[in-house]
Amino acid sequence: MTTLVYLIPVALFLGALGLSGFLWALRSGQYEDLDGAAERILIEPDAQDNEGQRSN
Amino acid sequence: MSCCAPGAEMALEVAAAASAPPSSEEIKLASRFLGSDIHQTDLSVPTVHCGACIQAIEAALGSVENVESARVNLSTKRVSVRWHGDSVPPFFAVLGRLGYQAHLFDPEIHEKDRTLSELIRAVAVAGFAAGNIMLLSVSVWSGAEGPTRDLFHWLSALIAIPALAFAGGIYFRSAANALRHSRMNMDVPIAVGVSLAYAMSLYETINHGEHAYFDASVSLLFFLLIGRTLDHVMRERARTAVNGLSRLAARGSIVLRDDGTREYVPVAELAAGMRLLIAAGERIPVDGDIISGNSDLDCSIVSGESAPKTVGAGTHVQAGTLNLTGPLTIEATAAAKDSFLAEMVRLMEAAEGGRSRYRRIADRVSALYAPVVHLAAFVTFLGWMVASGDWHRAMTIAIAVLIITCPCALGLAVPIVQVVAARRLFEAGVMVKDGSAMERLAAIDAAVFDKTGTLTLGLPRLVNAASIDPAMLAIAADMAAHSRHPFSKALATYGNDRSRTKFDRVQEEPGFGIEAFAGGDTWRLGRRGWAGWKARTGGEGKYGGLGGTVLAKNGRIVACFAFEDATRPDAKAAVGRLKDAGIPVEMLSGDTARACADAAGILGIDSFVPALLPSGKVERIETLARAGHKVLMVGDGLNDTPALGAAHVSMAPATAADIGRKAADFVFLRESLLAVPLALDVSRKAGRLIRQNVAIAIIYNAFAVPIAILGHVTPLIAAIAMSASSLIVIANALRLQATAKAAPDAAPARRRTDVIEAAHP
Repeated sequence: MTTLVYLIPVALFLGALGLSGFLWALRSGQYEDLDGAAERILIEPDAQDNEGQRSN
Repeated sequence: MSCCAPGAEMALEVAAAASAPPSSEEIKLASRFLGSDIHQTDLSVPTVHCGACIQAIEAALGSVENVESARVNLSTKRVSVRWHGDSVPPFFAVLGRLGYQAHLFDPEIHEKDRTLSELIRAVAVAGFAAGNIMLLSVSVWSGAEGPTRDLFHWLSALIAIPALAFAGGIYFRSAANALRHSRMNMDVPIAVGVSLAYAMSLYETINHGEHAYFDASVSLLFFLLIGRTLDHVMRERARTAVNGLSRLAARGSIVLRDDGTREYVPVAELAAGMRLLIAAGERIPVDGDIISGNSDLDCSIVSGESAPKTVGAGTHVQAGTLNLTGPLTIEATAAAKDSFLAEMVRLMEAAEGGRSRYRRIADRVSALYAPVVHLAAFVTFLGWMVASGDWHRAMTIAIAVLIITCPCALGLAVPIVQVVAARRLFEAGVMVKDGSAMERLAAIDAAVFDKTGTLTLGLPRLVNAASIDPAMLAIAADMAAHSRHPFSKALATYGNDRSRTKFDRVQEEPGFGIEAFAGGDTWRLGRRGWAGWKARTGGEGKYGGLGGTVLAKNGRIVACFAFEDATRPDAKAAVGRLKDAGIPVEMLSGDTARACADAAGILGIDSFVPALLPSGKVERIETLARAGHKVLMVGDGLNDTPALGAAHVSMAPATAADIGRKAADFVFLRESLLAVPLALDVSRKAGRLIRQNVAIAIIYNAFAVPIAILGHVTPLIAAIAMSASSLIVIANALRLQATAKAAPDAAPARRRTDVIEAAHP
């Protein structure tokens, strides 16, 4: 019983962490271009330098 | 598929080749103002399909002056460009040089999809809750007792609250909406079951009871939401692909003011009496009369006439026709809202019948199912009250009946099959825009086709090439390469790259033809009366008598050309397969009786009605509907749009007029007409699987309900039975994918001209 007192909150906390991570990713638009994200890792970074960081 | 060969995969050449890129005023009109001098323009680029495309486009656009940033979205095949300054940067020229074809995207359909993100959030919350509650429930089932069990129940009750509020809200709202309109849908029994299960479990938990159904109510929501989300994603994908097609209607026009200034005015603000300048390659925005200029008009999308019409001063022109060869000045006779296009929309709205009366299979099943189940639960309650007199026990068992009959499998039975079927059609280039469309298509017993642009491509083809002197044909082809007239484009394909004829000067006489000068000779390609001015009247009229297209050298006719409308690839096979499937095929056209008879003869269509007005097509379909037929309408023109609305179910090719594509339930992106029998076949198979799934769900209930009524259901049994029935239903739906894969592909892509091929690199 005493183990449950901290094990259950830990389990719920970790689950909630995953959930909030997913919701954050969803809100920040990371699911808007799944195919594009897969291809973008192949693009040379120096070709992107002049365009800088973009928020969307 | 190998990677980009830019230029080789021009999507929908047919539609795009004839129209010029939008003017910078049009681009400005279609862009959004983001504040502080920054505009954002969204372009649809259907041929983007790999990382190299992204890099090429972003680098090229990014280096254009005044462009702040360019971002490619590979999933939706769009590029959004942010730019500043007054003049619009030359996006289209830059993309064109790279070999990508782009079209402007309307700002209003770019709205972010709120429903989808709400559904995904709901799935995430329900999934989190279902997982955690299931873990706690497993501990209870494996023997947790006393205060531990109570603790687990209380925790489950807490975790279930956000899931019910967030995920269940979607079902509660839908159920409330249905009840308010005194209708019944599948969401009503779901909402009742879920909320009663929660309420009873909470009561049990407070009273230290043994059985709590928190896991059942939340995992039920989780399963159903997955089905609903997939359904939404599938339809959204189809809608995005259709929205990304090039827009055929004009956005605005250059107005010539009385003081001689020119101004670009959006279509909605055009008024009768304004003078409009229409360049070659633009569509006529509103009805009007030509004041000056000669040209040829392509009316195929408006009236279904396949041959281009020669127009000059005084001719009345209809909105939507394409100006082919020369610039025109027209005086608008009606505002956009009174134009031909708006009239078609009104006719379509008036005709809307078949589909609004249609009730979805799921709704029809639930209208029978819900009362039976709720009555069974009520009778169970009464029975146990009489038998045991224990109020609490009777209530528990009655609610257990409701939980076990809660239509998880039924709720999934229809959408999951439709998701699999829509995906199968999507891969074949057929977009399904509405879930009920496949149910309606499976029920049809008559098919009606439009001719121009649907059975035919609306593109002329030279039929007597074999009987023409090859040298003359080569000269004609080289001249024809200078014009965008459909006949010229058909002729230009016969050009010989190795021996180009050297012309000193080539000019196009809008409405007449092309004139070329080479070494003292004058060549004319065009109308007989103009080109062969020295020929005796009707002298060499082998083809087309006095009319027809000829090539003349110094006024003497040296070759005659005969054209016919090229039929769409596989049109004959498609008609044959529909007939084999027991569907009689009819052709309704606005074209002449002769053109219709020719096409009908080639395609093996027995009955056709020529020279129909748009209202005539609607009448014909309504007559068929009154005779008890369920009609499929396949059409592309503006004149078909009311008929598309009137039919039980409708299909349109990607080259159709904008409102036609919007009105149709299915849009096929590939050229081949085999898309029609394929869609019918898949829809019928899907219909069969849906009926099987409903039967499975009902058989499951036939076993589960007696167990529940007798009071033997525990939360463990409920969880196993409900998951098992859902899995069986999903597995059955997946058989559609399996049989479709096993069968040889019905519509192989013969050319890479389609958008969807590009979508799967």
